[in-house]
Amino acid sequence: MSQRFINWFKFASPASFYPLAGKAWPWFAALATAFCAAGLWISFFVAPTDFQQGEGYRIIFIHVPASWMSMFIYCVMAFWAAIGITFNTRLSGMMSSALAPTGALFAFISLWTGALWGKPMWGAWWVWDARLTSELILFFLYIGYIALTAAIDDPRRADKAGAIVALVGVVNVPIIYFSVKWWNTLHQGASVSLTKAPTMATTMLWGMLLMALAFWMYSIAIALYRVRAIILERERHTTWVAELPEMQR
Amino acid sequence: MSAFFAIVRRDLLLAARRKSEVFTALFFFMIVVSLFPLGIGPETALLRRIAPGVLWVAALLAAMLSLNRLFAADHADGTLEQMALSPTPLALLVAGKTLAHWLTAGLPLVLLAPVLGIQFDLSARSLGILMLSLLLGTPILSLIGAIGAALTLGLRGGGVLLSLLVLPLYIPALIFGAGAVEADMAGLGVGGHLSLLGALLALGVFFAPWAATAALRIALE
Repeated sequence: MSQRFINWFKFASPASFYPLAGKAWPWFAALATAFCAAGLWISFFVAPTDFQQGEGYRIIFIHVPASWMSMFIYCVMAFWAAIGITFNTRLSGMMSSALAPTGALFAFISLWTGALWGKPMWGAWWVWDARLTSELILFFLYIGYIALTAAIDDPRRADKAGAIVALVGVVNVPIIYFSVKWWNTLHQGASVSLTKAPTMATTMLWGMLLMALAFWMYSIAIALYRVRAIILERERHTTWVAELPEMQR
Repeated sequence: MSAFFAIVRRDLLLAARRKSEVFTALFFFMIVVSLFPLGIGPETALLRRIAPGVLWVAALLAAMLSLNRLFAADHADGTLEQMALSPTPLALLVAGKTLAHWLTAGLPLVLLAPVLGIQFDLSARSLGILMLSLLLGTPILSLIGAIGAALTLGLRGGGVLLSLLVLPLYIPALIFGAGAVEADMAGLGVGGHLSLLGALLALGVFFAPWAATAALRIALE
């Protein structure tokens, strides 16, 4: 038992995590490619045309997984932030800051594809729907995190301050979501409910799940890749970095 | 607890010695609110409809404007470090500073809001609800703002960064605060909105000084 704990904490050190991440990220990238290929094949060639929405509905194969990932990544960020604050590990902060741009990217993709989907379906690029609005606010939260960590020069202070922002944010995300939802129902906006949509065909669900897996694997791969860059940048004065084969050249 | 009241009194005294800072935020509030009719037009029905939102957004911005001075001066002259070293829990002192901030930045907005609401042709009843919602809501703004102010202490471009951090977190207070007045104008009950604002306030009072203290300790390292 104690042996296992020691092994986990071993990888909390950037020096031992760097090679592990280097070995792992190509595998996750390969998985992402495979899932993405399968998911796109299903979503474009296998999934039937929707009888109400036509071909345009296929954008949800990107849109829904991107929204899921944007929310999920924020939770993962907050998880690393909590670990970083509790155990005072350097790597946790690096993981958080490596995840933030990917999360912001997915939030942006989700908003963008949502607008593209909304124009033919709702007749408007933007509707003040509860989900759209909370996704937009989530995007602002990501931007706030990135802006704060970028404004602090000392990386350790940036990590800790970012951790507090991420934790305060994750407490607020459900509050914001429900307040926006109630705001939306009270105002009786011109929203179309997605929750009342007819049950989805199994192939569509498979396509969406495969795309979600692809995005998930992509996020892991890119976060590991980015965390390697962050480790190198922050630990460049140490001997173990100087002894790395890629530094010898 | 005596330290808590001492810090509230000290901050109020400091604010009283520098009245201009308090009044700048107040006049900012008045100017922002007065700009909307100029931009939209003097149509009374429309103004009455947008009044709760406009007043609340302006209050949000005015409360945010004064957040910078919450910790900045104490940080600059080292008082904050002495506070962190004192035997009194820092969270208690932070709570005191937040209360003083609300008394100098939030409460004046609550008192001024009905005067500005008259410009928007709000009924006496709506003005009362507006004051009540601001009374419950502006402390939330100070509490969340204290976290943001502590996080951005001594940073480049702290002011803009602060707004980026705290404005998204202000959204629930804005929704329920403005929503209460709108619900009253629509003839619906306001109990739900005000209760939710109260719940947010209770959450904020409990957690925000603690989070702000953690952020301050990081800034002081």
